[in-house]
Amino acid sequence: MKEGRPRSFYVLAIFFAAYVLFLYGPMIAIYVLSFQGPQGGLTFPMNGVSTFWIAKLFQGTGIVDLGAAFRRSLLLGIIVMIVTVVLSVAAGMAFRRKFKAQSILFYSAIASLIVPSIITSLGISLEFRIIDDLIKAHWNENFETSMGLLTSGLGAHLTWTLPFGLLIMFAIFNRFDPRLEEAARDLGATPWQTFRHVVLPIILPSVIGIGLFGFTLSWDELARSSQAIGAVNTLPLDLQGLTTTVTNPDIYALGTVISAVSFTVITLALGTIHVLNKRQAAKGSDAGQGLV
Amino acid sequence: MSEEVLQQASPGLIPGSGTARAAKPTRLSPSFISWLQAGPMMLVFLAFFLIPLVFVVIVSFWDYNEYQLLPAFSGRGYTDTFEGCLAQLPDLCTIGKTYLKTLKLCFMVWAITLFIGFWVAYFLAFHVKSKTWQMGLSLLCTIPFWTSNVIRMIAWIPLLGRNGLVNSGLVKTGLINHPLEWLLFSEFSVVLALVHLFTFFMVVPIFNSMIRIDKSLIEAAYDAGATGFQTLVNVIIPLAKPGIVIGSIFVITIVMGDFITIGVMGGQQIAAAGKIIETRVNALQFPAAAANAVILLVITFLIITMMSRIVDIKKEL
Repeated sequence: MKEGRPRSFYVLAIFFAAYVLFLYGPMIAIYVLSFQGPQGGLTFPMNGVSTFWIAKLFQGTGIVDLGAAFRRSLLLGIIVMIVTVVLSVAAGMAFRRKFKAQSILFYSAIASLIVPSIITSLGISLEFRIIDDLIKAHWNENFETSMGLLTSGLGAHLTWTLPFGLLIMFAIFNRFDPRLEEAARDLGATPWQTFRHVVLPIILPSVIGIGLFGFTLSWDELARSSQAIGAVNTLPLDLQGLTTTVTNPDIYALGTVISAVSFTVITLALGTIHVLNKRQAAKGSDAGQGLV
Repeated sequence: MSEEVLQQASPGLIPGSGTARAAKPTRLSPSFISWLQAGPMMLVFLAFFLIPLVFVVIVSFWDYNEYQLLPAFSGRGYTDTFEGCLAQLPDLCTIGKTYLKTLKLCFMVWAITLFIGFWVAYFLAFHVKSKTWQMGLSLLCTIPFWTSNVIRMIAWIPLLGRNGLVNSGLVKTGLINHPLEWLLFSEFSVVLALVHLFTFFMVVPIFNSMIRIDKSLIEAAYDAGATGFQTLVNVIIPLAKPGIVIGSIFVITIVMGDFITIGVMGGQQIAAAGKIIETRVNALQFPAAAANAVILLVITFLIITMMSRIVDIKKEL
């Protein structure tokens, strides 16, 4: 092949850089604008620099009860993350051998991923409405609703995060060497010991990746929450509500605060994955490296 | 049958049955363990996806009045939706126009995301040689996906608004006298935001397909005298086709059902398939909303079936 890089490399490198700028440019613009001065408006130029709008958010003088929505979203995100990790790892293990209903579960996950969110959301809300009506008719007339953050809301989020978790598990086990487990078994490990001391440490970085998907997708989820979350709002729903009425930079401040949480979680997760990979490289086995 | 019982009672006794994994004697049968492992996820999909879908179909045939559902068979959800469609022929009725508009948006977003996604994936897969760089740059493309969609939508306001950066820049350079009105809360801004949000869904599967292409095939094409263009058309595109199809399915289904991006970026003025459902729900007309959901589901399903004819999805994952 030719020496040096072909011309197409430079053309595509510029194209790629433009794409990255397109991805990040607008986001950075609102992070900057959320530090507008108190007199500042919705667009550039900046009218002074201050933390006025961010402080205003935390004082609760804004339009929405931000603190409550923040805590709700955080709680839901953490629960979704834990459930997604546990169920995905378990189901991923199951897929390593044949079992009945394997393809039903697979196609359910894929369908859940691609059926438009509004339909899933509507279906969940109908389901819970009908359950409510049944309870009212047969058991308790004063019953209000079974819909809520941790019932219908949690379910709605899981229909979105679990398919990602399962697909990541597929990717993990595609390049997992089953001989490592066989070796563990030959040495007398129980199935649980094999999982706990051999499989889990190897797949742990990717499992943290599943957790990252679980939390961030839930933290920002909107379409599925829209009909299924019940009476209360999550943070993204409040933010969306603001888009139609807002005239102040406090919407940017709210966006910046939400993003700050996302970026903190992303950094923590990627940092942990990096450390784990480093440790694996340093202390891990030499399996698969061939004979000495 | 008896073999199955024996296998469960004492796995490993029957030669040739089960894998080496199943050969170790355990008290729980392998199929029971599989159920234990996969069951919880199956239950979640059953309770929050499959049963709700069934309810959508059932409720779409219920009756309704101003404030509640009436569980009695009625086609009103559908007749209300297609109201006037026959009378107005050959003109399109509201629902027809809405779907046409949604399909048009869909097509534009699909074409643009495919173009961008293909070349971004191509660059990452074939031009970035070091694994570390490949990982780093892929991550750079993924991180926005982990942040909020609404924020990424409103992020365009300071750029595209009446007094936004683009307009003030254009006015200053003298290219235009008055700010352009069509930059924000228009079809243009909807397509821009959708491309901005969802090109990721194109990049990942295409990159996945491309990374599996054996580099020696490309060298072989080069050695056989193929030009770069010929290699692209005859080697790379056919081999990347599964990724292209999967990415297309993602983007098309997302845009078909979208109501948030179209709502926020269209200034709540643009009609779309997903927005009809939202409007009906807000009016508490659940059977009509469900009927629209069924129509959307059928159309989405048809599109996916057509596309998956081209490629076996299960084989590609």
